[in-house]
Amino acid sequence: MSMLDLSGITAGYGPFTALWDVSLRVAEGEAVAVVGPNGAGKTTLLRVISGLIAPRSGRIAFGGAELAGHPAHDIVAHGIAHVPEGRRLFPGLTVADNLKMGAFLPAARARYRESLERVYTLFPVLAERQKQRAGSMSGGEQQMLAIGRALMSQPKIILLDEPSLGLAPVMVLRVFDLIRRVREEGYTILVVEQNVRQVLKLVDRAYLLEVGRIKMEGRAAELAEQDFVRKAYMGV
Amino acid sequence: MEPIFLVEAAINGILLGGVLALLALGLNLIFGVLDIVWIAYVDLVMVCMYAIYFFHVAFGWPIWAAGLVSLVAGTLLGVGVHLLIISPILTSAPINQLLATGGLLFFLQSAATFLWTTDHKTVRLSLPSYEIAGIFLPATRIIPFAISILAVIALYFFLTRTYIGTAIRAVSQDRDAMSLMGASPQRIYIVTSAVGGLMAGLAGALLIFQYSVHPFFGGQFGPLTFMICVLGGLGNMVGAFIASFIMSEIISIGGVVISTEMGYVIAFVIFIVMMFVRPGGIMAKRE
Amino acid sequence: MSRGRLFAGALLVCLVVAPFLPMGGMQQYVLHVAIQIFIWSFIGQAWSLMGRFGLVSLGHGAFLGVGAYTTTLLWNFYSLTPWIGALLAVAASVAIAVVLGIPCFRFRVIGHYFALVTLAVGEVIRLLIIAERDWTGGSLGASLKTAGTASGLWTLQFADKRVFYYASLGMFLAGLWVWDRVDRSMARSALEAIGEDETAAASVGIHVTRFKLGITVVSAALTALGGVLYAQYISYVNPDTLSGIGVSLKIVFAVVLGGMYSLMGPLVGTALTTALSEGLRIAFGLKFLGMAETIYGLLLIISIIFLPSGIYGSIREAIRRRTAGTAGVRS
Repeated sequence: MSMLDLSGITAGYGPFTALWDVSLRVAEGEAVAVVGPNGAGKTTLLRVISGLIAPRSGRIAFGGAELAGHPAHDIVAHGIAHVPEGRRLFPGLTVADNLKMGAFLPAARARYRESLERVYTLFPVLAERQKQRAGSMSGGEQQMLAIGRALMSQPKIILLDEPSLGLAPVMVLRVFDLIRRVREEGYTILVVEQNVRQVLKLVDRAYLLEVGRIKMEGRAAELAEQDFVRKAYMGV
Repeated sequence: MEPIFLVEAAINGILLGGVLALLALGLNLIFGVLDIVWIAYVDLVMVCMYAIYFFHVAFGWPIWAAGLVSLVAGTLLGVGVHLLIISPILTSAPINQLLATGGLLFFLQSAATFLWTTDHKTVRLSLPSYEIAGIFLPATRIIPFAISILAVIALYFFLTRTYIGTAIRAVSQDRDAMSLMGASPQRIYIVTSAVGGLMAGLAGALLIFQYSVHPFFGGQFGPLTFMICVLGGLGNMVGAFIASFIMSEIISIGGVVISTEMGYVIAFVIFIVMMFVRPGGIMAKRE
Repeated sequence: MSRGRLFAGALLVCLVVAPFLPMGGMQQYVLHVAIQIFIWSFIGQAWSLMGRFGLVSLGHGAFLGVGAYTTTLLWNFYSLTPWIGALLAVAASVAIAVVLGIPCFRFRVIGHYFALVTLAVGEVIRLLIIAERDWTGGSLGASLKTAGTASGLWTLQFADKRVFYYASLGMFLAGLWVWDRVDRSMARSALEAIGEDETAAASVGIHVTRFKLGITVVSAALTALGGVLYAQYISYVNPDTLSGIGVSLKIVFAVVLGGMYSLMGPLVGTALTTALSEGLRIAFGLKFLGMAETIYGLLLIISIIFLPSGIYGSIREAIRRRTAGTAGVRS
């Protein structure tokens, strides 16, 4: 049963088209990855889903609702949380305040205490550094906070944009471990990543996006086996 | 010059700084969130001052009630300006944004001239004056100062302890990210504009204690407010607060030592010099 | 000869003979309005040399005021001919431009910051004029001492408005020539590159500070000259009409309204705003003091919101769209 269903999405910036007729789906409870080289359009894809960009054509169905063209703040209310590329935390705000902002929606605000408890249990480091300014934290900690902030909105699905970007290899492993833990909590996940090897270990299914089009789709294990995927992206 | 006059000037500078801080913080709040300088900000203050004048002098309302009218007027003006002028040009080129609020400045000043003539209108309040060690401190200066400090403290708590206040700070740090939290940017802009307008209304209520209002009042305090904001770092609240007192001290002491106008000249010149020493404002870290 | 050139030539001829055409009793008034339009268009053109490259100054009143007051005061106190006075006025304006420009551009003061710094400069000049009221006349302004029998070319005072008409027309045409030269020069590409991305421009070897300073100096010098001619014509200077934020904004408005990036933009904008304020003044007269300006301000706001590329610019775009078809050709 599909929770998120994209069909025929074409989108871009000004005269430039970044995505051509992209279709994908994510079922409830699944973890799905979109992999591909730099500039393939992966970030654009997530921005279209979360409403930061309006698609030129195509449909976005989520839990029965048609979301294409809706503004970002409305889409969050439907249960889609987006952890943006580069984290986009509020650098001047504390960890606690950043998490608070994640629960801005009235429904989320009502369950604020509960969500906060959950996030602190999942990520004890954040509990320790409650009063620390987000801008002064390390890359890995910031990623943790960004994910925690997304959890505060009581999402049904979490979109992760290049979570390993800019992180040291040790931190990368840690972050993927975090995502695994989140996944184990029962959250549905759609992650976009350049680090193909790590992400294919984490997800059920994956799509390959190249130059704005879906080139391949399949179970993660199968994709990892594909020869050219191994050669091009895993340096094997 | 007798030292007592300098001390008096220094104290008067602090007292003046309080109200200037209100103006600077209001302008900065809006700039921090919307990235637009309301060139007509002090002209909104002028309109609120006229409101107080009419409600108190013409309609006979008690002064505190007229003050409340000013607060309401300011808030409504703030929201009105945002909806009618700022909202349509949010994505325009910066020069157009500057000019739109500049056009508002023109409009308000000439409308005031047309409606109420260029006569200065004064609200006379008979308030006592206190003398401490040979220095005269009139209540007309002390009360506004005290209220403005309270207002600044209230603003601080609003921005740090309340939900919407934190959201306003968040938007000023990253606009897109806040919409990913489910916050409608328009709603935050409106609240910010309302608070900015409220502060203008309050500033008007405090300024009417000491100054008479006329259509070109904005010319008196407007440029000064911009200078303070830039000196403190555009968008930087703490910087604006400190810069308010720096400028008010220069104006006050310069005014007593040379002349009122030269006090302003010196303040502006120091501002220009500071821009070269620390272009990001006094609070900016050296790059 | 192209059609455009022919048209421009014909227009020029009309302008040149205009003062000799019969106009009933209106001649003095028409000349007066025309002179104002030419002088302010010239000043607007000078401003647009900076504005079109992203150097938005809200303080050109400083150069205007320095220009006007230098010649006026030197003549009033020392009977110094305005020709030399003008040279000194330009020198003073350029000095201010350089003293402010070098640190400003060296330290990358741009955008809003630059606009507000220039605003401060304009205000400083205005306040200085008012503060030094003993010799400047303060807020009451100063009248240009009449040359009486010595009126003429040397003293730049003329009883006949038509002389001022030709002088201002000439100055305006000279301004067009300067604008055009800048438009065709290497400096233009350099400045446009700087306007888009200073760092990138610098990394390609463009001497950012030098170019910015250069165009600022030209702009300041021309504005000062505009101030000089204006003072000579009106024979009266006042800090509020010639310096400070008010006049600075007026200059910017007219140019942006007409279209900042086109040769004729400043003229179109100035002509429109002058016609508007004159028309409103005639309609409302002194009966409703301030009503004209109020409507003017309202129209400005509306035009900024609905005509972002100015009137001239919008018309040009509309024409271009119609002739280029829907191919989406970008110029």
